[in-house]
Amino acid sequence: MSEIMSPCEKAHGVASYRCRIQEHGWVNRRYRYIRVESEAALARVTKPGQFYQLKCPVTDDRQPFLLRPMSVYGTGPGDGQIEFLYNVTGLGTGTLATLECGDHLDIVGPLGNQFTFRPEYERVLFVARGVGLATMAPLVQRAARSGVAITSVLSARSRDDLLDKAFLRGANAQQYITFDHDGSSAVEAMEILLARLLEEQRPDAVYTCGSHRLLMLLQRLLAAHPRIVGEAALEQRMACGMGVCLSCVRLFDCGGERQFLRVCREGPVFPIRDVLGEVEFG
Amino acid sequence: LADLSVRIGELVLRNPVMPASGCFAIEYREALDLTQLGALVIKSVSPASRAGNPTPRVAETHGGMLNSIGIPSKGLDYYRHHVLPAYTGYGTPVVVSISADTAESFGEACEGVSLPEVAAIEANISCPNLEADGMAFAMSPETTYKAVRAIRSKTAHPFWVKLTPNASNIAAVARAAEDAGADAIVMGNTVLGMAIDVRSRKPKLGNVMGGLSGPAIKPIALRLVHQCYRAVRIPIIGCGGIQTAEDAAEFMLAGASAVQVGTASFRDPGVMPKIVEGLERLCAETGVACVRELTGQVELDRQLSDRWLRFAQQSG
Repeated sequence: MSEIMSPCEKAHGVASYRCRIQEHGWVNRRYRYIRVESEAALARVTKPGQFYQLKCPVTDDRQPFLLRPMSVYGTGPGDGQIEFLYNVTGLGTGTLATLECGDHLDIVGPLGNQFTFRPEYERVLFVARGVGLATMAPLVQRAARSGVAITSVLSARSRDDLLDKAFLRGANAQQYITFDHDGSSAVEAMEILLARLLEEQRPDAVYTCGSHRLLMLLQRLLAAHPRIVGEAALEQRMACGMGVCLSCVRLFDCGGERQFLRVCREGPVFPIRDVLGEVEFG
Repeated sequence: LADLSVRIGELVLRNPVMPASGCFAIEYREALDLTQLGALVIKSVSPASRAGNPTPRVAETHGGMLNSIGIPSKGLDYYRHHVLPAYTGYGTPVVVSISADTAESFGEACEGVSLPEVAAIEANISCPNLEADGMAFAMSPETTYKAVRAIRSKTAHPFWVKLTPNASNIAAVARAAEDAGADAIVMGNTVLGMAIDVRSRKPKLGNVMGGLSGPAIKPIALRLVHQCYRAVRIPIIGCGGIQTAEDAAEFMLAGASAVQVGTASFRDPGVMPKIVEGLERLCAETGVACVRELTGQVELDRQLSDRWLRFAQQSG
């Protein structure tokens, strides 16, 4: 965590942007898609892995107070267009779901760091569970544009929840799909699959989001592959989203030294190898 | 344009709007121009190194939020060399907030940060006092006096004391702070609260209880500012649920000379300059030449109760 910064250092702008909703609806029975447009060229400055804080609207009977952090699912094609994919789970996403095309939504960002990616990679592996795939979807597009081979392993509750097409969005990939109902998404089965993929394909990088168990499994498997870059996008309850309030800290092992890092600032993307197993204490 | 400058003791601020400690850090320079603020109040530092409280550290509530961050700190030496320098280059007065767990430690810490680049010290005496079973210093006039005295004897720097809304007799606590030599009062900190998830039956904060902030506490904070204003002569800096220029003006009318904005920045990181601009507009609209003229100017009709009693006696 670097706290020394000269006042002259060029700061990129973070602001509250008023957006107009262009498209909003269900993609399946659990997840919703929303595309908003700002007058600012947010699509150009938003990097894969980054997130925005959404000011979910107040309705007659529901008044969310804090902003809600949400990963960017896609950007463009217009300069001001930003897409999100979300699961309606509580108060904030509940009122967000009531917005209609033409309504306004204020968003603050772009926030957080980004995935490590090099165009010279030959193959990358994505391991996603549930709506965690939204966070990595912009990186899939980035990899596809660079001609990097993609392997995708998706884990979902059932076929109804599966968003394989929404994840790849036309990108070519070797796709593996696992489900809870047939046991194929169980950690034991995933261990066999992922160990084989890492061994046979030797990807340059593996990225994951959406499951702590899969993250810890990958951490274990990557011990045998020190040259493979491993990154995970993490979540934590947060307030400011900018590194100010220190709500969203998690403990990491940074080369043997244990440090609290802010998920919103040093993250949300962290090296898989640095993540510690314990997640909740409350 | 209205003159927005205000005085807090010997310190002149270009306008009355500053961040509340704990709700501001250097990252906000990405969202706002730090040269537009009245002062920069940095998150509290404690002399002892602390990890902070367990997560989750924040929980949303109706019209506000609870937090139990726990003042993570790497100690004063680290702070002085690795935190403070980032704030001192803006030509905006820098206020260092200190938290400590004994009166003596408060004194030493405040002495240690009495540096030329520090314009004022804010002593967060709303934090637990280890010599009083963890009860906050500012809960009683006696412990307030002791802590403020210990600080005053160690520093000649302008020094503000941040009180807690949880104290039962705020006027007595404010007077104790004034008598012991504080230059100003910051009123105040968060209100102790709690929230439970009824499905998991777990407290929503890892630390079980925490501080409530946001518009939910604004009327409480405003009342406390007014009670302090009636009790002491030193300036008061109002804090608690301020989100707009009108909120800021309301605190000034109640008796505040300046205001601190905390939780509102979490909902809009650019809110503070908007409040400054709003104050300028409000002054123009209401014919106020100097914003400092608002302080304490709530119009109270001292005969109202008597008139009402006489009036009410006419009823059957």
